[in-house]
Amino acid sequence: MSTAAKPLPEVTEELRPFFAAARENRLVVQRCEGCGRRRFPPREICSECLCRDARWVESGGRGTVVSFNVMHQVYHPAFAAEVPYAVVLVELEDGGRMIANVVDCPLDRLAIGMAVEAVFEKRSDEVALPQFRPRA
Amino acid sequence: MTQSLKGRYAIVGLGLTEMGRVYDSAMGFAVEAVRRALDDAGLARQDLDGLCLNPGLAWGEAAMGSFALQQALGLRDLGYSTTMNIGGATAAAMVQHAVMAIEAGLATTVACVFSDAPLKPPKPAADGKQKQGSAAAYGFARGLNAAYGQFGVNALYALVARRHMHRYGTTNDHLGAVAVAERAWANRNPAAQFHETSLTLADYHRSRWIVEPFHLLDCCLVSNGGAAVIVTSAERAANLRQPPVYIWGFGQGHPGGDPVDTLTSGAPWARQNAFRMAGIDTSDVDVAELYDCYTFTVLVTLEDYGFCPKGEAGRFAADGTIAPGGRLPVNTGGGQLSSFYMWGMTPLSEGVIQARGQGGARQVEDHDVVLVSGNGGILSTHSTLVLSPLAS
Repeated sequence: MSTAAKPLPEVTEELRPFFAAARENRLVVQRCEGCGRRRFPPREICSECLCRDARWVESGGRGTVVSFNVMHQVYHPAFAAEVPYAVVLVELEDGGRMIANVVDCPLDRLAIGMAVEAVFEKRSDEVALPQFRPRA
Repeated sequence: MTQSLKGRYAIVGLGLTEMGRVYDSAMGFAVEAVRRALDDAGLARQDLDGLCLNPGLAWGEAAMGSFALQQALGLRDLGYSTTMNIGGATAAAMVQHAVMAIEAGLATTVACVFSDAPLKPPKPAADGKQKQGSAAAYGFARGLNAAYGQFGVNALYALVARRHMHRYGTTNDHLGAVAVAERAWANRNPAAQFHETSLTLADYHRSRWIVEPFHLLDCCLVSNGGAAVIVTSAERAANLRQPPVYIWGFGQGHPGGDPVDTLTSGAPWARQNAFRMAGIDTSDVDVAELYDCYTFTVLVTLEDYGFCPKGEAGRFAADGTIAPGGRLPVNTGGGQLSSFYMWGMTPLSEGVIQARGQGGARQVEDHDVVLVSGNGGILSTHSTLVLSPLAS
């Protein structure tokens, strides 16, 4: 069995505020200063109004599963012990879409439309990842 | 007036290298594909005065790929040269650019070329050094998605396919019907990588999961190789070696937005221009060569050209409609799923073969109107060609 650690996302300049908030177990998304639209993943330029200015704002972390897949192929040794595992696309209630995993949910219960909420998974001192769990 | 282009240009040469687990450089495959296309057309290198290149992954950045290919081929005095990439929609788009360049007077005879070499030769076993999966070898895994174990294009397409299943009731039986139909066509094509291997729906269901809802047999073959077509005017085409394949119409469509929401390719837009130019309707199509990176892509594309209502393609395909003997022959060479994966050159090359009537055991009897589609990204880019052995 491989003991490789799961890949840590690069803390890019663009994502630095996102990871800083996640370390404190807060989920933040970008809010366009031009049109007010909330978005995730972050963009340099708002595709609605072309405004370049955005700030990071708190998200309630509640969302819905838009779609999901179940990965069987091992692309990275750290996931060898986890397959099959699900990847979900979550639409946040207050704006933005995130790729994540669902925790505390067996694969056969996972469904499109499932209501979920953000929780945080510590991966290193620097990185905590937002994940999602079913909510009532 | 776009209508006036109908039948005024033709594909006169087709060059396909060996495909699959064959080894050469991307440039080597490209040069060989052009050489074969020239031979096929009865043209010489000096007859070419235009060059379009779609560089595959092995070309790297290829910022001036068509110039590098020009130098490799020793071509002089070109009037048109371009390196294009809108993914799997590029092949058919290159033909469109060739027509437009000739129409504009920039060139007379244009080669459109794709090659790729993503597969590496097997290493000799005596090498001794075991390459185990150390995490350091996985430099690609740096983004946010990778942290969640979301890797590769398969996983992205799977999200869209799952959503289609949820909204329209599409099932793995439906996806499997596409794989089975294309394999039956491949069994009639001696050049197909899966020519010798039959496939049943039960085999499909037994093939391992890659990423649900995709089994292995929902996914295209990764192949090495090169492909080229040569485009010229109908006047020049009349005196060449092969029966001309006339270009009746073309179009593009690039929907933008998130395919998880739209569940739609660019075909609804691309087909409008292509069909108007060709003066046809969906019901006039005799043969359809549809981009098939996944079985799912074929279903969406069938819907988006109007062969069936939106959301109905699964049931449409499951009725045997697209298989040999069915009402609408689709991907008659076996497609990317069962023959070879050369991005948009797979459907384009088979479209040329069918329009010429050179399909041998897989030739479709009625082939006056041949539809070719290209698709890039995650249903992001789309191109359409309508081809015919008839000038009008």
